[in-house]
Amino acid sequence: MLPRLDLRVLLAVFAGGALGTLARAGLEEAFAHDPASWPWATFAVNVAGAALLALAITRLPSRHRSAHVRAFAGPGLCGGLTTFSTFQLELVRMLDADRVGLALGYAAASVAAGLAAAALATRLASARRATPDVPARERA
Amino acid sequence: MSAALTWIGVGLLGGCGAVLRVLLTVGVTARFAPAGRLPFGTVAVNVSGSALLGLLAGLTLSDDAMLVAGTGLLGGYTTFSTWMVDSERLAQERRSRAVAANVVGSLVAGLVALLLGRALARLLA
Repeated sequence: MLPRLDLRVLLAVFAGGALGTLARAGLEEAFAHDPASWPWATFAVNVAGAALLALAITRLPSRHRSAHVRAFAGPGLCGGLTTFSTFQLELVRMLDADRVGLALGYAAASVAAGLAAAALATRLASARRATPDVPARERA
Repeated sequence: MSAALTWIGVGLLGGCGAVLRVLLTVGVTARFAPAGRLPFGTVAVNVSGSALLGLLAGLTLSDDAMLVAGTGLLGGYTTFSTWMVDSERLAQERRSRAVAANVVGSLVAGLVALLLGRALARLLA
């Protein structure tokens, strides 16, 4: 879902990214954890963000008039809400603390839940889009 | 006041991180990842972001500095959602080797990059 780049689209990415990042950082501060415990805040925003992004891509189709709405919601909000780097640092800190099993479980659970959330959101959003009030030629 | 400034910094740098991610993804995808290949743009973002977070983790930064630069800038720059949605799309196309390469490759490359970044910071510090 790569947006065509112009200033309005980049501003929308910036605004969505700022909001998503603030939400994630706020949750991470509120639910701080030590390296030997499950990082619930990161886990939750990552899985929720994967579902939201799949939903945004499916429900805000490319014929949508405003590219900046898609840029705000997708690469902006969902991209800012979720994080790969913090997830990786959490894994390294678990390994530092000799919690190899926890690290493997956290990595596997994040990927499995992220993929399942993306697949489920795509299916639900496509099913709703295919309801009869949308003309057949616009369903694709 | 200082706490308010910190959170303003988190938001602003998170927005900047997202813009940098989109610019790099579009640039790398245009050059190296024509349709049908692995999503190298997102891989490049996530691996480079992990290396930079490793650098930060290797320096002894204050909690506020780590919050703004690590959680804000690099958290906003890297993305878990696009990594997952890209992988799920590859799975829908039944390209299981591409799914495995994107999932395992990003994980391993990100971890190696983070450890290298941290080792480099510790050498320099």
